[in-house]
Amino acid sequence: MKYAYYPGCASDSTARDQHVSCTAVARALGIDLAEIAGWTCCGTTPAHQTDRVLAASLPAANLVRARKMGLDIVVTCAACYSMLKMANYEVLHHPKVREQVSEALGQDYDGSVRVRHFVEVLLEDVEIDRIRKALKHSLNGLKVACYYGCLLVRPPEVNQFDDPENPMSLDRLVTAMGGESLDWPHKVECCGGALSLTRTDVVVKLSDAVLTMARAAGADCVAVACPMCQINLDLRQSDIKKETGKDHNLPIIYITQLLGLCLGIAADELGLEKLMVSPESVVKRLT
Amino acid sequence: MTIRIKKDKTAHGLLRTVEKMADVDLNVCFQCKKCDSGCPVSNLTGAPPSEIIRRLHLGAGNELLASDLVWMCVSCETCFARCPMGIDIPSVIDALRALAVEQRTPAPEGNMPLFNRAFLKTVEIFGRTYDLGMIAAHKIGTKTYMKDAEKFPVMLKKRKIALLPPRGADRKMAKRVFDSVRRNKENQK
Repeated sequence: MKYAYYPGCASDSTARDQHVSCTAVARALGIDLAEIAGWTCCGTTPAHQTDRVLAASLPAANLVRARKMGLDIVVTCAACYSMLKMANYEVLHHPKVREQVSEALGQDYDGSVRVRHFVEVLLEDVEIDRIRKALKHSLNGLKVACYYGCLLVRPPEVNQFDDPENPMSLDRLVTAMGGESLDWPHKVECCGGALSLTRTDVVVKLSDAVLTMARAAGADCVAVACPMCQINLDLRQSDIKKETGKDHNLPIIYITQLLGLCLGIAADELGLEKLMVSPESVVKRLT
Repeated sequence: MTIRIKKDKTAHGLLRTVEKMADVDLNVCFQCKKCDSGCPVSNLTGAPPSEIIRRLHLGAGNELLASDLVWMCVSCETCFARCPMGIDIPSVIDALRALAVEQRTPAPEGNMPLFNRAFLKTVEIFGRTYDLGMIAAHKIGTKTYMKDAEKFPVMLKKRKIALLPPRGADRKMAKRVFDSVRRNKENQK
């Protein structure tokens, strides 16, 4: 099981914890993640808000590298995932865009590299049974609100990741780990994503709505698979408290951190100390 | 609700331009407003997605570029996922953003256009994003020095913000892509 691994820019900043927990889990499960040498930024929101060809060319620069490696590309960031998938979709459906992308890269790209999220690799390639057999600890009934946000599931005809309105991928992993995955209505609502630094007021409102619903459903923590979701829901809890007086105090933990804990990987190898809201209550529940 | 559109001699409808840029057919929109129901910011904005489309139908010109939704839209793709006619509304908003920048429409609250420029500049230089550089450029441009100031020490300590610029990217490739896109745009003019 070998893949071309695209860590994405957040792996060196806000989501270093997701990157280290993903690579630690991969090692434990025998997944070979070969980092793409010289990988460049996917451009994310600023690229697609600026220019369509730029938004396709920046991710495509990495897809051509994965093609040379002859491997599927694996990502952990939902925004990178969405940009890479969209680049494939664009070059496959719009010959004019493909032409301009080829010109930008100095080589043709045919849209043939398969883009996978690490969660898809866990569920489709490793499979639940093998994961279950490798577990050393249980979440012991921990109530987990699995939060997918936007860019894993939408737009559905481009991403083709699970059900766009009621995805269950993270829930299946949580259940396998002995946790209780909650049925709640805000799985695919937006946290405010890209407005984090520009319109923090909007992010505070949207993230508060997600967290309020998670708490109402009885969540002990929220599991995520996207660096933007994580940072907004985690970092902005102090702003929500200032604005609304609500103290959610909910740990926002990457699915790979939860899985790492259950696989018996040490907390400091999973970047748990990087979370803003302490995950201690989660770690203590493990048996 | 009555929608009024400015239509003087200088009015220049944006409908065809936007349709071409976003590669959509807006005539198939029948105003069911499903986009507004799912939109996470529709209750915060003056004009929700369906109204933007209606205004385009009715011949709205550059004044539409100052609508708050243009920069408040969170690109969550919910409207697109739920539109019964499959209209790619996020691409319509992206087209309006590009036109707003081109027409030098006054900066919106939070100055997202400046954020985008600062972000992409770091990618063009380093091949990857450099958060510290981008945040500094945005703060200087918006004069919001104290916003989130209390969070920086702890984020630096937790290494959630890297101090040094990123290394290891193929910077030549990033530069090449930006140069090519710029050249393309100039040729179109």
